[in-house]
Amino acid sequence: MQQRKFQRLQNIIDGHEGNVSHLIAILQEVQEEYRYLPEEVLTYIATAMGIPPATVYGVATFYAQFSMIPKGKYVIKVCDGTACHVRGSEPINFALRKELKLTGGEQTTKDLQFTVETVSCLGACGLAPVVVVNENEVHGQMTPAGVLEVLKKFQVQEEN
Amino acid sequence: MLKSMDDFLNLYKQSQEALGREKMRILICAGTGCVANGSLDVYDEFLSRVKEQNLPVKVHLMEEVDDEPHALNISGCHGFCEMGPLVRIEPGGVFYHHVKKDDVKEIVDKHILNNQLVERLLYTHPVTGQTVATQDEIPFYQKQTRVALEHCGRINPDDLNDYIAHGGYQAITRALFNMTPEKVVEEVLDSGLRGRGGGGFPTGKKWQFAASTQGAKKYIICNGDEGDPGAFMDRSVMEGDPHRVLEGMMIAGFAIGADEGYVYVRAEYPLAVKRLKRAVAEAARTGLLGDNILNSGFSFKVNIKEGAGAFVCGEETALIASIEGERGMPRPRPPFPANKGLWNCPTIINNVETLANLPSIILKGGKWFKGFGTEGSPGTKTFALAGQVAHTGLVEIPMGISLREIVFDIGGGLRENKKFKAVQIGGPSGGCLTENHLDLSLDYDELRKAGAMIGSGGLVVMGEDTCMVEVAKFFMGFVQNESCGKCVPCREGTKRMLEILTAITEGRAGEEDLLLLEELALAVQDGSLCGLGKTAPNPVLTTLKYFKDEYIAHIRDKKCPAGVCKALLDYHIDQDKCKGCGLCAKVCPAEAITGNKKEPHVIDVAKCLKCGTCMEKCKFDAIYTA
Ligand SMILES: Cc1cc2nc3c(=O)[nH]c(=O)nc-3n(C[C@H](O)[C@H](O)[C@H](O)COP(=O)(O)O)c2cc1C
Ligand code: SF4
Ligand code: SF4
Ligand code: SF4
Ligand code: FES
Ligand code: FES
Repeated sequence: MQQRKFQRLQNIIDGHEGNVSHLIAILQEVQEEYRYLPEEVLTYIATAMGIPPATVYGVATFYAQFSMIPKGKYVIKVCDGTACHVRGSEPINFALRKELKLTGGEQTTKDLQFTVETVSCLGACGLAPVVVVNENEVHGQMTPAGVLEVLKKFQVQEEN
Repeated sequence: MLKSMDDFLNLYKQSQEALGREKMRILICAGTGCVANGSLDVYDEFLSRVKEQNLPVKVHLMEEVDDEPHALNISGCHGFCEMGPLVRIEPGGVFYHHVKKDDVKEIVDKHILNNQLVERLLYTHPVTGQTVATQDEIPFYQKQTRVALEHCGRINPDDLNDYIAHGGYQAITRALFNMTPEKVVEEVLDSGLRGRGGGGFPTGKKWQFAASTQGAKKYIICNGDEGDPGAFMDRSVMEGDPHRVLEGMMIAGFAIGADEGYVYVRAEYPLAVKRLKRAVAEAARTGLLGDNILNSGFSFKVNIKEGAGAFVCGEETALIASIEGERGMPRPRPPFPANKGLWNCPTIINNVETLANLPSIILKGGKWFKGFGTEGSPGTKTFALAGQVAHTGLVEIPMGISLREIVFDIGGGLRENKKFKAVQIGGPSGGCLTENHLDLSLDYDELRKAGAMIGSGGLVVMGEDTCMVEVAKFFMGFVQNESCGKCVPCREGTKRMLEILTAITEGRAGEEDLLLLEELALAVQDGSLCGLGKTAPNPVLTTLKYFKDEYIAHIRDKKCPAGVCKALLDYHIDQDKCKGCGLCAKVCPAEAITGNKKEPHVIDVAKCLKCGTCMEKCKFDAIYTA
């Protein structure tokens, strides 16, 4: 089992011919596989590529895209760039977090279904405020009520 | 596979002929905005309706179809995204907006089959009430001049032949066969083009350095990081006309003697990555990228690198570190990348829009380009017009037109008849300008004089109900978050500035804090290593300069004039809505709420801590702030 798990990882590294300058791309692909970067995986990458674990951790913690804790199945990004901010992104974020009972700095629900994060500008400012689900589903001109409807859709989908 | 200039001219001829045979060209916008509004469904519906009518239809330019075909294409962004999905039909450039799947049948029946306009989907002029058929007649477009965006919305970004049919790759072939690298640099110098990535450094000058640096291996990097919140023009160009970006890189490569390039795209732009990757593969397959292109002796290869979410990676040295697979931390300059860049080789980094201007400059000449804009800032500039303006979108204007023209003529003024208050220009590096600046001419130097900058070109319009202190805090929060932490003034200074701004918005600051804030701002400006820290104080300094009374109101009167800062608002109970359930009194940590059961409650403003708990709990929406 363990063996199989790392096999996939090794394939990704091999795909980049172990090239150290591809570390970011490797981490991106690995994260796509696991939805986050588990510690053992980072250690494995360091060993397999023959670089210090500190280098791998350094890169993994520097970039916002990488997460060392598991993310939910649905990652909801609420844009809080300038355009979205002045057109009311905060209430949207607030409504989502309240509905999902996320408190403090929490981003992911306990059942690992939903992650809510704020990002700065998704590049669709003309449609502000913008919410993106799982990278590719863009919802423009959002409202607090609208975002709860989007959420509901996924919740229903999960129940069935 | 094209092997010579003749091969290329042949392909150009064929693609032009294919274009000429088109009876009608239906372009469905597939930029991020329109896709979000369902334009891909519209495309599918068009395809099946047109097929249903047994019309000859093609989805690629060079597809063999008998008769005069109807071409069905996706296109890049037209800039008017909030009106999307947009459909443009040639000939004539008819412009339909808010097109839904259910509208397609009518467009096919009337327009495509019978050459009649579908009135209800045309743009109606808000003042005259007249409907106009074409894009050019819409006020939003009337003051625009498109150079970098020339093809955006007009061609299929996923089709190399379409780009070629519209004159694509002619500039690089002219450079390769009719010009020397020196002549290319000279032409760009003559054009006066200044980098569109923020600093406005003359592109030709930058190239001169790299061209004169010795080195067997040199690199061109296209900066597609666009981390500036509120900006999306680079995205639109990469998505809408990716080959133009590649052609720009090739021209730069030829000019400085580079044979390899990287496009660094931010991770949040998956569609741009997809289109670029496709464009690179197609150009390589056709022989327009690779070794000994068209047997000219020039070789060029392009790699796509995805960023991983760090604003500071837009800075040149950080970007290079990131491509090398490291943490994207800036390093001191010199050495400049033009001398010692990627893997220590001479490297030129240019912004997407800068590169997109190059094909036109080479084809039409530096003089032509200089004909637009102002003496010190020639050419056109794209801006992302956003915020509380009636028409948000992506615009390209000649440099030098006024802020007023952008906000009121192109943008149509403020939405909901709000009063204009300010425009934030240039993102976190830029500043806030006021009504008094509306007649300022938009160019690098004028803006800098006013304390702002063009930056990457974000332009956020703010109305009367925006709190400028909160805006300053917002930007400070952004840069504080994005500071890489390498140098103390930036790392600690922005943190302290954010603390002070937060205290002001929460009514906890004294007047001495304003002085401290200003002092800190100047220290961060002076002491930071890279542009992020150096420009981070701009939003604070400009708001302090132009909106001082708002800061004072927060500090002295504990009031937020715009009614935004929650902590400075008083909580009240609407006596009509309150059912007297008592829940609010129960949760109030300050025991500020009193009242008898089933009777309206009241809040003692003097005791209230403004925590907002009561408002959150009230099931009857009886609690409000004012
Ligand atoms: C913190 C920071 C972020 C930057 N972000 C970008 C960016 O997202 N895109 C960009 O083209 N330039 C950005 N720049 C400017 C670039 O470092 C560089 O000057 C520019 O890409 C050069 O291209 P140009 O000469 O065509 O303007 C940034 C600079 C700093 C200091
Ligand atoms: S100014 Fe800020 S972002 Fe730039 S190097 Fe210093 S700490 Fe990093
Ligand atoms: S919770 Fe609302 S309805 Fe109940 S007493 Fe308080 S204000 Fe009145
Ligand atoms: S805002 Fe907080 S302190 Fe003020 S009345 Fe409501 S619950 Fe009490
Ligand atoms: S600010 Fe939200 S998409 Fe740009
Ligand atoms: S995405 Fe269609 S107009 Fe901008």
